Amino acid sequence: MTDRSRNSSKNSLQTTQSANAYFQSFITMSDKNNLIVYCEYDEGRVADVSLELLTKGRVLADRLGVKLEAVVIGDNLEGIEKQIFPYGADTVYKVEDKRLFPYTSNPHAAVLINLFREIKPQICLMGATCIGRDLGPRVSSCLHSGLTADCTALEIGDHKDPKTGKEYTELLYQIRPAFGGNIVATIVNPECRPQMATVREGVMKKEIFNEEHKGEVVNLDAKKYVSDEDFVVEIIDRHIEKSKVNIKNSPIIVAGGYGVGSKENFQLLFDLANTLGAEVGASRAAVDAGFIEHERQIGQTGVTVRPKLYIACGISGQIQHIAGMQESSIIISINNDPNAPINTIADYVITGDMEEIVPKLIKYYKKNSK
Amino acid sequence: MSLNIIVLAKQVPDTRNVGKDAMKEDGTINRAALPAIFNPEDLNALEQALRLKETHPGSTVTLLTMGLPRAAEIVREAIFRGADGGIVLTDRALGGADTLATSYSLAQAVKKFGKCDLILGGRQAIDGDTAQVGPQIAEKLGIPQVTYAEDILDVKDGKVTVKRRLEHGVETVVAPLPCVVTVNGSAADCRPRNAKRVMKYKYAASPSELAKLSEVAAAKVAANPDLNIAEWSAAFVEADPEQIGLAGSPTKVKAIENVVFTAKESRRLDNNDGQIEELVKELIANHTIG
Repeated sequence: MTDRSRNSSKNSLQTTQSANAYFQSFITMSDKNNLIVYCEYDEGRVADVSLELLTKGRVLADRLGVKLEAVVIGDNLEGIEKQIFPYGADTVYKVEDKRLFPYTSNPHAAVLINLFREIKPQICLMGATCIGRDLGPRVSSCLHSGLTADCTALEIGDHKDPKTGKEYTELLYQIRPAFGGNIVATIVNPECRPQMATVREGVMKKEIFNEEHKGEVVNLDAKKYVSDEDFVVEIIDRHIEKSKVNIKNSPIIVAGGYGVGSKENFQLLFDLANTLGAEVGASRAAVDAGFIEHERQIGQTGVTVRPKLYIACGISGQIQHIAGMQESSIIISINNDPNAPINTIADYVITGDMEEIVPKLIKYYKKNSK
Repeated sequence: MSLNIIVLAKQVPDTRNVGKDAMKEDGTINRAALPAIFNPEDLNALEQALRLKETHPGSTVTLLTMGLPRAAEIVREAIFRGADGGIVLTDRALGGADTLATSYSLAQAVKKFGKCDLILGGRQAIDGDTAQVGPQIAEKLGIPQVTYAEDILDVKDGKVTVKRRLEHGVETVVAPLPCVVTVNGSAADCRPRNAKRVMKYKYAASPSELAKLSEVAAAKVAANPDLNIAEWSAAFVEADPEQIGLAGSPTKVKAIENVVFTAKESRRLDNNDGQIEELVKELIANHTIG
């Protein structure tokens, strides 16, 4: 067990100075600055999104020649590292305290802030989950480090500041659709560390690095990282409602966009989905228009899917949607507009009115299937 | 117990209704082609604030927005719906800010405002979708945050009880005041404009807007304090120039691309029974369906 001392106070109003000090000390020891993944877990299981980030993190850490580290904060963490090591982590930091589960913002933020000041990671990745999107900004604000939300790709590359001409090597390229998905931006954090990014579940692939891979477990004393005053928010009730919708794992998805036109027309998509044994998904425009519930939203700010068949009905194909479905094996686009952007990535384009075409698909499927 | 409530809001381009002319030939955004709207989830936050004002007599609701001078439009909109007034934090020096520089600037404005019990805001703005500014303001002010609020159930004894909507369920939490609460789109819709308030406040204007009016009209508005929408500069909120705008932003945009998809060779079909049946047969034959 490693005992680490806490080298900073938890007071959040001292941000700028400490952030500068952090960066100064960082520059001189850049070869030790590892990549760390904040791992979420519930009911004894590490979240898929965290394992996906470890998979990506392993690739990025190898590219940088640094270690891949993981941090788990909570209660009952006995043996949790066994789920993490196969994904390539070299170190697992465990911070255990009854009060650290379920998650609340301030205590988890305090642990990360104090740990990061100590171990100075150059990159920190988190799931773009309710937890990651609550925690990431709090930590980044305190450390004055940049944070990019909902990245769809992460790469390592160089950067030259167009104004100062200063050159930076091996920065994290944080790539994400922006502006409602109409453009794709590459964001860098040249001066501040850690470079922080969140990624939604399903965007990166989860792959075992090596079943036999073993790393070091570092048990941290929670009391040195979080103080009693951090436990300000009290959870008085919590029910888990398992989602009824499971589009992420469905092999066939029938998705509707704004072009479907109404809630009533979505029923046609449900009919097709029931016929094919598929799930119904939707674009953001359809969700925003109130045609269908948010749980079914596919895209950068929804779910990312990779089904073997994706039938897009009345979806124009904004980048933010395409980011969440472009890896589908076969894409059929049904659209009135022969020049809808989604048609360029579709394997089959049926030009016409979905209200007529969808019933035909149902009819001919019933006729031809046994 | 009366409450001083600040509602954080943003005027955003309506990215949900992007037409074909939204992008210019050179791949940059044609902002002029996009209408500017009140960020939808900020309206959900405003509704929560107005409900608290009703249940806690004597409370005030003040809208705070950072942006161009024209953002006074959303302050007026909030006043029409029931807010007491508002502030536009606007300054060229604030331009180009990322979420961190934005939250610092807004936190400075909140400090300048003085005593407030609750800071509400939408979960995220539709132009960036980051959901970062709320939690970052909470951190800058050294106060707790409650994100994803669906309903503010109660405020009493210096504490707020909030129902949160999470991916896999709901959670009810109690947080001490002051705190930041960010409100989900699944919360109650905002009430519409109140016709009497529209009549009473339709001339409410910020100094930038008054400058465009005739002297007589401007003097009339200026004489009525109820019609003044405040405009604050970076210097007025005592913002450190190093921490605002582009200079205060740790994240930099390296590149922006108007994405061109690698076109696949798609097979084109018409709404023709024969072609559709062929497609279905093919998908059954190669075990994609069935």
